[in-house]
Amino acid sequence: MAMSNPGNRVTQGQFSFLPELTDEQITAQIKYALDNGWAVNIEYTDDPHPRNTYWDMFGMPMFDLKDPAGILMEINDCRKTFPNMYIRVTAFDNTHGWEAPRMSYIVNRPPNEPGFKLQRTERDGRSMGYTITSYAADKPEGERA
Amino acid sequence: MSKSSETMAEGKERYQAGVIPYKKMGYWEPDYEPSATDVVAMFRITPQPGVDHEEAAAAVAGESSTATWTVVWTDRLTACERYRAKAYRSELVPNTGEGTDTEAQYFAYIAYDMDLFEPGSIANMTASIIGNVFGFKAVKALRLEDMLFPVAYLKTYNGPATGVVVERERLDKFGRPLLGATTKPKLGLSGRNYGRVVYEALKGGLDFVKDDENINSQPFMHWRDRFLYVMEAVNRASAATGEVKGHYLNVTAGTMDEMIERAEFAKSLGSVIIMIDLVIGYTAIQSMAKWCRANDMILHLHRAGNSTYSRQKNHGMNFRVICKWMRMAGVDHIHAGTVVGKLEGDPLMIKGFYDTLREGYTPMSLETGLFFDQDWASLNKVMPVASGGIHAGQMHQLLHYLGEDVVLQFGGGTIGHPEGIQAGAIANRVALEAMVMARNEGRDYMNEGPEILNAAAKWCSPLKAALDTWKDITFEYESTDTADFVPTATGTN
Repeated sequence: MAMSNPGNRVTQGQFSFLPELTDEQITAQIKYALDNGWAVNIEYTDDPHPRNTYWDMFGMPMFDLKDPAGILMEINDCRKTFPNMYIRVTAFDNTHGWEAPRMSYIVNRPPNEPGFKLQRTERDGRSMGYTITSYAADKPEGERA
Repeated sequence: MSKSSETMAEGKERYQAGVIPYKKMGYWEPDYEPSATDVVAMFRITPQPGVDHEEAAAAVAGESSTATWTVVWTDRLTACERYRAKAYRSELVPNTGEGTDTEAQYFAYIAYDMDLFEPGSIANMTASIIGNVFGFKAVKALRLEDMLFPVAYLKTYNGPATGVVVERERLDKFGRPLLGATTKPKLGLSGRNYGRVVYEALKGGLDFVKDDENINSQPFMHWRDRFLYVMEAVNRASAATGEVKGHYLNVTAGTMDEMIERAEFAKSLGSVIIMIDLVIGYTAIQSMAKWCRANDMILHLHRAGNSTYSRQKNHGMNFRVICKWMRMAGVDHIHAGTVVGKLEGDPLMIKGFYDTLREGYTPMSLETGLFFDQDWASLNKVMPVASGGIHAGQMHQLLHYLGEDVVLQFGGGTIGHPEGIQAGAIANRVALEAMVMARNEGRDYMNEGPEILNAAAKWCSPLKAALDTWKDITFEYESTDTADFVPTATGTN
């Protein structure tokens, strides 16, 4: 079973509507971040809930690593370690007025993306409360793949 | 010749009952240098025939500050020299006057002491600057071109409730323009049908859908119905994609109370964004911005009405001034032109608007219409919105002209797609992501744009259909609001 959206996948990040990025394409994007002076960070999670802000960091943001090939090695290391997780590459800009991520794109996904449950809670009148939960996070943390 | 005969009369002479020229009343001070606490306004003045341009500038200064048509002795009870606005510079606008087809116009610079204005009130400031003076008989036409605000005065405003940085963090969307669409037809859909358009567009790949400026609460769709169905669509699409999605719920209404009621309802349903129209007025805009700041809400402003006074070059006010006021008033989004779409917009002028909304400091740049160095005092950045007659085939141009901190709104370009609304949304999202990727890879995407889009269309049939449908659609009309200054070549040979 796949998600019902046109790409059958979680569409977060800059490039989720494009075919899976090749290592060459990932390297070009890393180079763009480094050329802008941004620090690249690798994060992974098994819960892609749209409000799950804090994916786990695969090490620290690579403030001092200026070699795209070195960063790609880290990404591939993370993919090897967590092949069934969502992995994203984020680039942080520390210039005044930004001090925030400037890039974020997914470079790894689980083979099966179960998607999200929409829970409706009927309230006063016809008003509705909505809660979205990840099917992937249904199981206790210790029992997930 | 003594200075006083030309400019300011003094003492008893100045305050004799009767009418004396504004220049002599102290509103023309060619030696004046604006202080760090002066607000400066730059007007384009077309004097009435026979009226000296410096006198016209002095008259504008007078009428927009302390003067009335005759001398009043009660001025002498005040520190009136401080409160008088001072016209200190007036110069012929290039390509006007003798030897041209346009009657003489002058750029007049007028300085106002900050104490003339109540802190944090756009209404109070504008009541002076654009209050009576635009109907003043001594000028044939008058246009407010630009304003300089000192940091101390800017700091009396909250600025955008959310701002570009926090909006992106809240939406978890970085490194690409956001995509939106306005629900069409803008009038007549029932709430249920309206929500269908929203659901299809968001699930297909857009980030936002939008109410149009004139969708409030009409017989065909009560506002509560719209809000309920739209939020069902937003949440369904969010669950289907794993992305934060939004719809600009337009809370514009007849009274402030009704607007707050609608905003509260939007909040209770979990909307991330609400919308207002420029026509609600400056005070209402500031009130809604404060409400949004207190309720973690993004505030979208549709510039409904602005072209009634911003489009013609000789009278009214330039849209860049509206951009400045709205950044101070505290909106997060504002429609600011597309360059390539169906609405007015010269590329250089639009760059000036976008810079005004998004930069922390905008240096004087005459070719983009910025007449002052403006320090924005860390006020949040406003996200410009490009809307009106744009489509996926223009993606390279849109990214080139407008950059990545912008909402690109493809209304017809999504909903009018021959294969349906989701297909339209896919086409736009794929075109956007492909173009951003190419730009980041260092490709000459402006020239290779069509190639990049065609390559993506090979594996994305909705994009191919979009490109085929709209390939010949362009809007090539002359802009009416253009720069008065052209960049000069600085060749070194």
